[in-house]
Amino acid sequence: MALLEVDDVVVKFGGVTAVNHATFTADSGVITGLIGPNGAGKTTCFNVISGLQRPTSGRVRFTGRSVTRWPVHRRAKHGVGRTFQRLEAFGSLTVRDNVRVAADIQGGPLAWLRPDLGSGRSGRLAIEALLDRVGIAEYADERADSIPTGTARLLELARALACDPKLLLLDEPSSGLDETETDAFGDLLKDLASEGCAILMVEHDMDLVMAVCDEIHVLDFGTIIASGDPAEIRNDPAVQRAYLGYAEVEDDTSVMEAIS
Amino acid sequence: MSVPILEVVDLHAAYGRIEVLRGVDLAVPKGAVMALLGPNGAGKSTLVKVICGQKAATSGDIHLAGVHLKGAGSDDLARVGLCTIPEGRSVFPNLTVEENLVLMSYAGVSRGAILDTAYSYFPRLHERRNQLAGTMSGGEQQMLAMSRALASDPALLLLDELSMGLAPLIVEELYETVARIAESGVSILCIEQFARTALKVSDYAAVMSGGRIVATGEPGEILDTMADVILGGAA
Amino acid sequence: MSSLFAFTLLGLFTGAAYAIVASGLVLTYATTRVFNIAHGAFGMVLAFTFWDFTQRQGMPTLLSLFLVLGVVAPAIGWFIQRFVTKGLGEGPVSVALVVTVGLLVGLIGLAQYIWPPEPRILLPFHPETGWQVGETYITAHQLITIICSIVVAVGLYVLLNRTRIGTAMRASVDNPELLKLFGGRPDTAASLAWAIGMSLAALGGILLTPVVGLDYYALTLLVINAYAAAMLGRLKSLPLTFAGAMGLGILESWAVAYLPTEGFWSTIRPVIPALFLFAIVVVMPQAQLRIGQVKGIVSAPVPNLRKSMGWGVVLLVFGYVLIGAVSRADVLLIGVAATYAMVMLSLVLLTGYGGHVSLAQFTFAGVGALAYAKLEEPNLTGLVLSAVIAAGVGALVALPVLRLTGLYLALSTMAFAVLMDKMIFQADYAFKFNGVLATERLSIAGIKIESDTSYVWFMVLCFVVMAVALLTLRRGALGRLLIAMRDSPSACGTLGLDLRWFRVGLFSASAGMAGAAGALFAGLRGTVGAADFLYFQSLLVLLLAVVFGVTSVTGALLGGTALMLLPVWQSSSPELAGLLFALLGFGAVLLGRDPNGIANNVFKLGRWGWGRWGGDVLGDLDERVGGRLAAITRGLSGNLMRPGSPSPARSVDDEIAADELDAPLAGKVV
Repeated sequence: MALLEVDDVVVKFGGVTAVNHATFTADSGVITGLIGPNGAGKTTCFNVISGLQRPTSGRVRFTGRSVTRWPVHRRAKHGVGRTFQRLEAFGSLTVRDNVRVAADIQGGPLAWLRPDLGSGRSGRLAIEALLDRVGIAEYADERADSIPTGTARLLELARALACDPKLLLLDEPSSGLDETETDAFGDLLKDLASEGCAILMVEHDMDLVMAVCDEIHVLDFGTIIASGDPAEIRNDPAVQRAYLGYAEVEDDTSVMEAIS
Repeated sequence: MSVPILEVVDLHAAYGRIEVLRGVDLAVPKGAVMALLGPNGAGKSTLVKVICGQKAATSGDIHLAGVHLKGAGSDDLARVGLCTIPEGRSVFPNLTVEENLVLMSYAGVSRGAILDTAYSYFPRLHERRNQLAGTMSGGEQQMLAMSRALASDPALLLLDELSMGLAPLIVEELYETVARIAESGVSILCIEQFARTALKVSDYAAVMSGGRIVATGEPGEILDTMADVILGGAA
Repeated sequence: MSSLFAFTLLGLFTGAAYAIVASGLVLTYATTRVFNIAHGAFGMVLAFTFWDFTQRQGMPTLLSLFLVLGVVAPAIGWFIQRFVTKGLGEGPVSVALVVTVGLLVGLIGLAQYIWPPEPRILLPFHPETGWQVGETYITAHQLITIICSIVVAVGLYVLLNRTRIGTAMRASVDNPELLKLFGGRPDTAASLAWAIGMSLAALGGILLTPVVGLDYYALTLLVINAYAAAMLGRLKSLPLTFAGAMGLGILESWAVAYLPTEGFWSTIRPVIPALFLFAIVVVMPQAQLRIGQVKGIVSAPVPNLRKSMGWGVVLLVFGYVLIGAVSRADVLLIGVAATYAMVMLSLVLLTGYGGHVSLAQFTFAGVGALAYAKLEEPNLTGLVLSAVIAAGVGALVALPVLRLTGLYLALSTMAFAVLMDKMIFQADYAFKFNGVLATERLSIAGIKIESDTSYVWFMVLCFVVMAVALLTLRRGALGRLLIAMRDSPSACGTLGLDLRWFRVGLFSASAGMAGAAGALFAGLRGTVGAADFLYFQSLLVLLLAVVFGVTSVTGALLGGTALMLLPVWQSSSPELAGLLFALLGFGAVLLGRDPNGIANNVFKLGRWGWGRWGGDVLGDLDERVGGRLAAITRGLSGNLMRPGSPSPARSVDDEIAADELDAPLAGKVV
């Protein structure tokens, strides 16, 4: 039994089906990629898993329990962490305070009433260590709405990590990062996975996906059209069609070379 | 060469501090279909928003049929013949099909003419004229959206990601309609993720990346560049 | 049986008038997303205008009716949409609420100024005509009301479904940007909606005046009836709104007919709309969180502990000197100012930091005062218990709205304030009708604070303690959480915060603060009664808090002082009493977009002064505060220069309110 099981989930908005009977899993210690063209329903899948969107039908199971009807915060408390494609950093707080909010929320209501008078030294060190680990320590005192997009994505990752998640949902985490940063980011993901975290990632940077993912699901028109390891996905004709259009893909070698 | 129907010169636009368009130069010749391709986040949709008047540019110029557009609202532009079909939801889901069509008469064509055109092109819309647009399938909704382009005989048609979230067969069908509109002499700027589908109907193509136009040319030449840009040079 | 029929018929008649008012409210809200709390107040002013035309100017009824409904009301509606409420729909709900509360208060003031209080009678239409139907007598006025409501229903149906502009109005509910791409003009649709909405408010007001009387407040409160009716249709569906209005009318009529005319049940009639509203709110489905927020809110500077303590001491010394220098009557006034300032401090927590609006904050002070008087424990325990009771009541008000969002919470608080004002406070177990309860002054450790001067100074001390505590919380984890919640509720949710209970806690804490203020106020006065805690007072508290700055402690202090001075000024020149209200209300309309208020300008002035003459006196002032102030200044001037545009600051409620509208189950208008 996998840590996360998305079972036959359907999401409809009015007449449009955003997710169409999607079934896939993500497991601890494994980096799972979720790829597909624009509008394929990837972000909607994330919203269903994290609880921001009720599915029209289908189930989400996490640690073996059905969480389909759980509200967002309850799933978070049980270990579902996520980042957002359209950034949701707390813009008027500093980078450090963004992460502190996450730690505060874990602390519970009584901790909120405690004034900041030098207390919680160990907690503070943990936050600095976290900022350092994702590589944004130098921005710690900047307001979150004044940092570059890529840094803000890393901030969201740090914030999610502060909650010590079992499952991490990353929505296009590398967009806005340059090549070196992306490499470092890939290493960080592998580290996290080796520590036992399950990572499910929506990503457009194919180099990154192919380099770090252990398993990949391809979503097209809300349906999973392929699943497998990077090599299998690369050679799957259905994937190539989904990505490049519907003309005679077979005849065109340049395109196939491009993706392989 | 005559005056291009659309000419964009050194256009810049930003969301807050983040600059999305960094000096876009683009010309669409009169009567031509131009495909605008590029990866996610290249600024294609922002470009459409700026051209159609939904978003203000920070600097640069836009000329529509040689006329300099400055501070015109999207409603004014729609009334002078710029027809924009934005990405995603481009119909009113809580209005019936017929009511959606009636609203299209704001662009200056009589309501009877619009209904005639729409129903003759898409008989399916006639069958569903009293149905709420939001309850139709995605393809049918796009047909309804395309009716506006068909009926209003625009000076320029802006299409943003027509294919988003639609099944392949329907996309083919929609692009046949695009080709038909093009045959009637309408100039079209068409933004598309699926390079091949768009290139089939277009006369010219441009590739956008990082807020700039990085390549323009005939559809055939563009395809190779495309694979590189879209797939991140994974080859 | 026949009496049941008769009362049902009577109920249908009032219901029909409510339906007219409510449909106007729904029309304006659905097309512009601005909930017009002043809807009833506009109806009131227009009913007065109608009285003026017919009785004072002596114009023929039909001509007056045409002028009011066809010219004055639409013109006002157009004006308000163009110059006051335009763009508010996309901004935070709290701003729209404050602006329309400002309109409400301003209109009451204006009406009192133009038409000073005196008995006025507006006769029903064709007062002598009527028909006997079985055992029931139907007047011509009743028949006309029913006919009017049918005409309104049919007219709105035709407008919205059979005309292009009506279709455009519905389209702009869905997606105004897309309507523009179609070549339509959402602004025109919005103006038309407001013009029609205003006419409907006027028509409903005129039809109801013979029943409720030509009264500033009774007609203004019609907005609660309209809101209750409209809630049945989730502020969106007109048929359900009509159904809700009819149901409400019948319920009221039955209450008159069948409930005992004495004791508890006799007081229930005026609060039926409020009860009806709570019942509907409780069964409303859950609202979903939405992603995609505008970020970066500019807030007032938060001083550090040393500085806030320093200013606290300064205030205490100043209070001591002032109390010693003025007459006894003025000492008591300082105590009143301290009460108001503490209540406004509770709004700083709720509105300034939390982004939620309460229209019942002074009612919570009343709850605290009532608890203090009833407990008969004039000591710190009694004070704390009163605060806890007020906090509990606050939680009870917020709980039914738990699953809903900011707008509904604010509107429910107004219904709650009216409920307390008209029923609970006047009940035998509370202050009694026109009665008062005696209260004793507080003792601490067995020593009673007897003299006026020391008690008032103690109140100032309480204000300082509350303020310093609030600022300390603001700098700590709670402050971060509050900002985080405003910036992105979705992110808070995915980090494990239960937003619903957080909001209930926040609301309850704020009510507790107000309750403590009320308890202290009771001790100051020696006797307290229901008349001390009228619902209208809560609206004034909110307005002055916003005008003087609801994001800062300084704003609360200034606002409290101003609210204390308001009746003083009014009694010194009674002929201008109404005008003062009008000035305050319309002032709030102008300033409501900047929650940092006048206090912020005081900070700026202070800095400017110091920068000029003080030099390094303020050497320890945090550099970042200066930077933030500059940002505020930019934001402020930007807002003032573009009065039509929404403020950049957005709170938690706004997205969610929009969400309500987007919810697919809401269906379409008509």
